[in-house]
Amino acid sequence: MTEFTMPSLGADMDEGVLQEWLVGPGDRVRKGDVVAVVETDKAAIEVECFESGTVGQLLVPPGTRVPVGTPLAVIQGEGAPEEQARIAAEQGSPLAAETVAEVPHRERARAPKGAKSEQEPLAHDERPRSRRKAVRERKPVQEPVRTKSPKKSAGQPVRATGSLTHPPPQMSPEAESALGAGPLVRHLAALRGLDLTTLHGTGPGGRITRADVEHAQPPLAPRVRATPYARRLARDLGVDLAALRGTGDGGAVRAADVHTAVRARDGRHEPGGPAERRRDDEQHPHIAVPTDSGAEQRKDTMRRAIADLMSRSKREIPHYYLSTTIDLTAAGDWLRRINRGRPPADRLVPAALLLKAAAVAAQQVPTLNGYWQNDGFVPGPAVNLGVAVSLRQGGLLAPVIHGADTLPPDALMTILKDLVERARRGKLRGSEMTGATLTVTNLGDQGVETVFGVIHPPQVALVGFGAVVERPWAANGMLGVRPLVTATLAADHRATDGAVGARYLTAVDRLLQKPEEL
Amino acid sequence: MKPLDNAEAMAVVKESITQIIPDADFTQVEPDDKFRDVLELDSLDFLSLVELLSERTGIRIDEEDYPELTTLSAATRFLVARSQDSAGPAR
Repeated sequence: MTEFTMPSLGADMDEGVLQEWLVGPGDRVRKGDVVAVVETDKAAIEVECFESGTVGQLLVPPGTRVPVGTPLAVIQGEGAPEEQARIAAEQGSPLAAETVAEVPHRERARAPKGAKSEQEPLAHDERPRSRRKAVRERKPVQEPVRTKSPKKSAGQPVRATGSLTHPPPQMSPEAESALGAGPLVRHLAALRGLDLTTLHGTGPGGRITRADVEHAQPPLAPRVRATPYARRLARDLGVDLAALRGTGDGGAVRAADVHTAVRARDGRHEPGGPAERRRDDEQHPHIAVPTDSGAEQRKDTMRRAIADLMSRSKREIPHYYLSTTIDLTAAGDWLRRINRGRPPADRLVPAALLLKAAAVAAQQVPTLNGYWQNDGFVPGPAVNLGVAVSLRQGGLLAPVIHGADTLPPDALMTILKDLVERARRGKLRGSEMTGATLTVTNLGDQGVETVFGVIHPPQVALVGFGAVVERPWAANGMLGVRPLVTATLAADHRATDGAVGARYLTAVDRLLQKPEEL
Repeated sequence: MKPLDNAEAMAVVKESITQIIPDADFTQVEPDDKFRDVLELDSLDFLSLVELLSERTGIRIDEEDYPELTTLSAATRFLVARSQDSAGPAR
């Protein structure tokens, strides 16, 4: 039995609001299932669990703000309900929200800096599923989180209550028997209006898997006229296309119709509910999240989170900066060749190649890929590339492409598109927020030629790419007009010296001259 | 596919952009402005736009055509011309 704790979703996260439970006591969960939505200062993140088992007691009700490392729920391995009861008793009542919610302030003051930065490197354990599986199965990933849990300060010990024996959420008997389906699968199915009993399970023992649900056609959808984008949006937002009145050509449902439906739906029953608002108002007036001003609030808290992290970076990290201009003729030609004949959806943008080059170069110059912690450099276990994504309403997120150096450009492009889209819609997963070993910012898209970045602690370097521009360029004694990009490196002088940084940028340049090998 | 007229082509362009940037404010964009700059479409957004335009009009848009898609008026002209090409027997 393990505790599912508030995960650290980035070096800048001290605490988070448990916004929503997607599972209840008695639900079976598997490692990697999304079990809850956590609101950080920057975004709402779907959080996966790290253990397979059965959900025991939920220790923290929705709407509660708790420090990183706080136990949120009990995940029970196999059997042993007595132990679960014992733990529940120690944890205190899940409704001791007042006490729990007070903790952050004391906790923040107490938490040593070191504890925080230690979490980040450990968090990347959350990824490569195959290679790390064996290791991860043995040790609960939650363990590394060093922040003190509030269990000792959290109110009176409360006796184990009837909540332990809560039945699983109401479900028809057929559905139950058709199951083996985990909570996430049921959640997805519910979102899509699918009847699980009508699905054919392809998992072990006929278990219905997430893929089965995702591939299943909602019963009415095929007959609905809708634009592809509206269809995708509706799927993502859990809107039933059939229930919408299309305003497009021939009554086709457009994205705008989906948005209208979502607004109407969310207006009816606000996501947080009144309970959440009240709680936030009482204890954290500055973070109350009523729906109307939600976006504004998010912007404010995100601004503060960025301010804190960047101040810390500039306070603690002696940056040095390097810059080089790279001829992208070869890369441009290669891209044109590849993209010719491909439909737009399959085309690559230069950013995919730049990211790949940045990742491979990091693997070749590993002292720039990792963390500075406890006065020393700790190399990253893989090249996990953070990609700075600017959000339209302001602010930015840096979701992570794990093992970026091992991915072919096509795969990188697919992941990039998906991450950017979800970052902007606030649908990132916990594992996509953690474990970056090096960050890349590509401000070229905003038209500037050079970007000197600020390192994202505890990382030790940040790579910047400017716009691809046509400029006069001398090659082989001849002057010509070529596409060029300015690549920059901001690096931590405690971890490396300029010569290492120079080697890195030279490697990026060299790699981009042979795009076919990337 | 029937040829598009100017108004239809402009509508397709604006609707497609709106799908990518839901709060795009076209009162800020003159017909000859570079809308990518004004509305801050990055390269991924632009690729989505190409994808949408091509899906909705059935017109094939190659990378070589991208320079035609920098302003609203140029993009409209481009779609109208291509839709006529492909509607005619010459295809």
